[in-house]
Amino acid sequence: MAEKENSHKIKKVCIICAKGAIEDVYASLVMANGAVMEGMEAKLFFTFFGMDAITKKRMNNLHTATVGNPAMRMPGGLPFPSLMGMLPGVEAGVSSMMKKQMDALDMPPVDEFLDMITAGGGEVYACKLAADMFKLKKEDLSDHVIDIITVGDFYELAAGEGSQIIFT
Amino acid sequence: MAQKTIAGQTIEVTEDGYLVDASQWNEEIAKELAKEEDIELTDAHFQVLNFIRETHEKGETLTIRKVGKSGKTDIKGFYQLFPGGPLKKASRIAGIPKPTSCV
Repeated sequence: MAEKENSHKIKKVCIICAKGAIEDVYASLVMANGAVMEGMEAKLFFTFFGMDAITKKRMNNLHTATVGNPAMRMPGGLPFPSLMGMLPGVEAGVSSMMKKQMDALDMPPVDEFLDMITAGGGEVYACKLAADMFKLKKEDLSDHVIDIITVGDFYELAAGEGSQIIFT
Repeated sequence: MAQKTIAGQTIEVTEDGYLVDASQWNEEIAKELAKEEDIELTDAHFQVLNFIRETHEKGETLTIRKVGKSGKTDIKGFYQLFPGGPLKKASRIAGIPKPTSCV
């Protein structure tokens, strides 16, 4: 695509991450990183189970669901039996395999990804309601989290011309 | 495709302004291309540009992360050297094709 002057250019993206599975979190991280790479402003807002992605203890230990995930396949493409997904260790194994494949494509672990995004000027925020609900304090969260904010604060951050809110 | 005279040399560029033939590149061309982006190239820039060209020659996909691990600069430094779209701008100035990576 040609880089044309466009009066409707996206200047800022505000991305809401509300889920904590690997693919949900990485969708948000890739979108945010992609925005800063293009020279846009990017704000990440983590809420509900998405809080796992910025919780120090959990952020590098995210899993994908091997049960109830119809898109899950065996390596080679055969369907992944749900019963197998229930076996102990399978979810951890599949998740670690997925992370290895992503790493090979230069999708880093969550903490390093947040380093990358913030190095480019992206900002990370946590949801106050979710922090209260999960009894998380600022010190439980990644040092990249600028603040724990309300929904109202988030909308204030999102204000401005050429700004988009993305819910992954 | 278009032709463009940069630093006294006629070179072919894509419609996004990337060099068609990376082998036509030289430091003078880099300086001219950088000026278009309002960047004054220093040694620090050239270290990164050379790394980018080497990565391209090896046929590897260039990513922000790779540049960050290159030892030439860190990611923050990369954003400071080529503000507002480091991977694209650095690739263009380095004379390699437009990056195809999403990370």
